[in-house]
Amino acid sequence: MSFTGGTVAASAAALREGGVSPQELLAEARAQFERVDAEVGAVLTQTWELAERQAADAQRRLREDPGAASPLCGIPVALKDVLCLEGVACTAGSRILEGFHPPYTGTAVQRLLDAGAVVIGKTNCDEFAMGSSTENSAYRPVRNPWDRSRVPGGSSGGSAAAVAAGMVPYSLGTDTGGSIRQPAALCGVVGFKPTYGRVSRYGLIAFASSLDQIGPFAHTVEDCALVYSAIAGHDPRDSTSSPTAVEDPMETLRGGIAGMRLGVPHEYFGEGLEPGVRRAVEEALRVLEGMGATLDEVSLPSTGAALSTYYIIAPAECSSNLARYDGIRFGMRKEHDALLQMYLDTRGCGFGAEVKRRIMLGTYALSSGYYDAYYRKAQKVRTVIAEEFAAAFERVDALVCATSPTVAFPLAAREDPLSMYLCDVLTLPVNLAGLPGVSLPCGMADGLPVGLQVIAPRFQDARALRVAHAYEQATGWHRARSPLVEATA
Amino acid sequence: MSSTATHGTDTLRVGDREYQAVIGLEVHAQLLTRSKMFCGCSAAYVGAPPNSNTCPVCLGLPGTLPVINRQAVEYTVRTAVALNCEIPEFTKFDRKNYFYPDLPKGYQISQYDLPLSRRGWLQFHVDGEQRRCGITRVHLEEDTGTMYHAGDVLQSATSSLVDCNRCGVPLMEIVGEPDLRTPEEAREYLIWLRRVLMYIGVNDGNLEQGSFRCDANVSIRPRGSDQLGVKVEIKNMNSFRAVHHALGYEIERQRQVLEQGGALPQETRGWVETQQATVSQRSKEYAHDYRYFPEPDLPPLQLEAALVERIRGELPELPDARAARLRRQHGLGDYDAGLLTATREEADTYESVVATGVGAKLAANWMLGDVARLANEHRLPLQQSGLGVAGLAALLRLLEAGTISGSVAKELLAELYRDGGDPAALVEQRGLGQVSDAGALSSLIDEAIAQGSKAVADFRAGKEAALQSLVGYVMKQTRGRADAQLVNRLLRERLGG
Ligand SMILES: [Zn+2]
Repeated sequence: MSFTGGTVAASAAALREGGVSPQELLAEARAQFERVDAEVGAVLTQTWELAERQAADAQRRLREDPGAASPLCGIPVALKDVLCLEGVACTAGSRILEGFHPPYTGTAVQRLLDAGAVVIGKTNCDEFAMGSSTENSAYRPVRNPWDRSRVPGGSSGGSAAAVAAGMVPYSLGTDTGGSIRQPAALCGVVGFKPTYGRVSRYGLIAFASSLDQIGPFAHTVEDCALVYSAIAGHDPRDSTSSPTAVEDPMETLRGGIAGMRLGVPHEYFGEGLEPGVRRAVEEALRVLEGMGATLDEVSLPSTGAALSTYYIIAPAECSSNLARYDGIRFGMRKEHDALLQMYLDTRGCGFGAEVKRRIMLGTYALSSGYYDAYYRKAQKVRTVIAEEFAAAFERVDALVCATSPTVAFPLAAREDPLSMYLCDVLTLPVNLAGLPGVSLPCGMADGLPVGLQVIAPRFQDARALRVAHAYEQATGWHRARSPLVEATA
Repeated sequence: MSSTATHGTDTLRVGDREYQAVIGLEVHAQLLTRSKMFCGCSAAYVGAPPNSNTCPVCLGLPGTLPVINRQAVEYTVRTAVALNCEIPEFTKFDRKNYFYPDLPKGYQISQYDLPLSRRGWLQFHVDGEQRRCGITRVHLEEDTGTMYHAGDVLQSATSSLVDCNRCGVPLMEIVGEPDLRTPEEAREYLIWLRRVLMYIGVNDGNLEQGSFRCDANVSIRPRGSDQLGVKVEIKNMNSFRAVHHALGYEIERQRQVLEQGGALPQETRGWVETQQATVSQRSKEYAHDYRYFPEPDLPPLQLEAALVERIRGELPELPDARAARLRRQHGLGDYDAGLLTATREEADTYESVVATGVGAKLAANWMLGDVARLANEHRLPLQQSGLGVAGLAALLRLLEAGTISGSVAKELLAELYRDGGDPAALVEQRGLGQVSDAGALSSLIDEAIAQGSKAVADFRAGKEAALQSLVGYVMKQTRGRADAQLVNRLLRERLGG
């Protein structure tokens, strides 16, 4: 198997043992990109020149002091196109940001750069991260590396597909209602959404500020832990980032789960679960039990209200967050003599249908006379949902369930917005409660990957990774690769 | 228009009914912090090249986040304490959503239902009478940018330019209760409020540059009624005079509408200085729905009691209290005490002059008379003049000790204000010391009587005032150095008066 189709840990070891150089890793990434991305559509903007410079710099750092260099030093990465990198086009998958080159670099990306990362490009995504299939990208859809007639999930579909297709060993995505975990599940890779407040959102183009969180995609839980360690931690530029110290997930990663109590949330195993997904997840539960964990059924009674709660809070925040795209200072502008018409034309042409739908939903929910009935009530339900999770975590150490009710579905199969919203029904409660969640491969159904979700209490990110790592090591699903990678091997 | 009804009293007459105006003021005051409200850019934006005093945060670029300026919070708490407000432990920021080219994010970070403070009051004076106006709330928000239109207004402009230098400057909104009844009260309230803000060092009080701005809500109602009439909001008043005139105009306009049996719509009107009139800008139907909701990028703010107490402890003596103390301590009148405490610098100067032993009344007279005139003439405060505070004190001590006469003091003051120098040395060098020796003045007294036979006759006939021309003669001959009181006494003795 190629290095870029492999793990971060393997590349990091090879870089230190002299088996490969950052430039060779980069060349491999580029070759794989050129071979498969016309078919996959994972990358919106390529940054090869920048990557060459970064690879040379990483080479120097590895030569000078390989011990001090970060495990990420010299390893190619792709960034979801909602993450700002100075001077590199950033579209958020939207026409309205055409021509926008941020003059600054966001905190999480800067931390990767400081670690010596080699950025190969910006990945395709649903417009402003709104969607579950990446079909809402204003540029082109992303196709699932396992089956190009199917979607990769979304909204971070490009980041998930770039890893699944072997272009990069890891990537960054963002997760507002499942946008890391769901595409990870559908693309057969590991995706990790940290606790809200663990990774700075500075430089992340906001969809819903109180829910957005940056996290990694990779082939293994260990790789996700390495990336998480590099990007997590307080940032004075993000007042919602937690000032508490970040526990090192590597210290406990291999601790196993013997004696742990794992909760199986009753409501997450309802009707909507595809039989193949249910089979794979139930098999995973038996594996976990076999490793010495106790399984406890728990109840999260308000789960049914989570979807509607989410679709009030997230659109409300988005309606305000997206007000800045007005044609005045950056991005697209449809010229008109009258200011109002310029606003209407610019936003009318610049935004896609799903973004407009959510802006309208949110504007309505915040309107005078409706605020109490919608937004305020949704905030109350959100509190109840968080309390129910907290109550469950008094009995169990972590929760395990499916990530997505279905495997990857065909492109254009879900034209109805409500059926698309249901993709995130198992992931978005985690965002509402601000919890850490991992999705990792747990088998196949009809030849497509199935994802297992591990959810831990707030700031117990290391515990979520530990449970996921134990399962992964016991099963080996993480060694499966999409046909696009196997073909190179 | 006739303004007698509104300017003199708080009573208006419409037909058989008496009406009363109800006025509430909203003040926006920029805070004198070093940096902006939510980013590190300088808050001193005036004079910077357009859009140079900006960063990704205050430009509202995608992905940026606000960080609260602690100093701005402390200044607002300081203001709240000075305005006798309650300060809750818990406060939060909210987004006020609306589109405008000078608002980069499409929302203003402001405060809605949990402001930094509420329920206070400001004491002020109108014609020597003490008044009190309630303060509804003091909250913190960010300023917008500024726009330049080719043409007068945005709607008809062929092109417009936006300058974001002012975007994000910390702005305090002080909402007053509708406790004011006349344009005079409104003006005095603003003067005293501005004075307090400047005293506590949170605002520079510049109405022209807009660091201190005022909007007014005004309605009229039958006298004795406790119902409020339909409220009209007035904007664009850039001076105390404009506030006074706009309110006078608006109250009379509303009175006339009611007198003619008309109804007043709830609306926003702008004061147009060139027309000396308010003009309708926006009616209630077109009022914005700002869709306020809690700012998700900023956690709620916990204001520790210790912080509030520290700020309370550091509060300087406020103008009203200081004026009262000057009246009590130095026997000054209301008017003088008010003028001497108009700014903190003025009051400090006065007290430091008095502290050197100069009489309180004398110091007040000179500071409010000649010194104020010179400051105005030179457009230079005493502190920055050649004379300085210590120089003034020294000069007044020479006067009080009788070393120099009043008229010499006056001449020296003007010269030293402009050129600087040591008063005592100058008196010595030029021989300006006062002649207060009866012997030395004797021959001049004789001369005065000899040349002023008419005045002498008039005085003897009982015309007291006639003596002044004789005194004046002696003063002139001594170039003002003679002790005028002594001359007066000597003349009376000689004339047997
Ligand atoms: Zn700034």
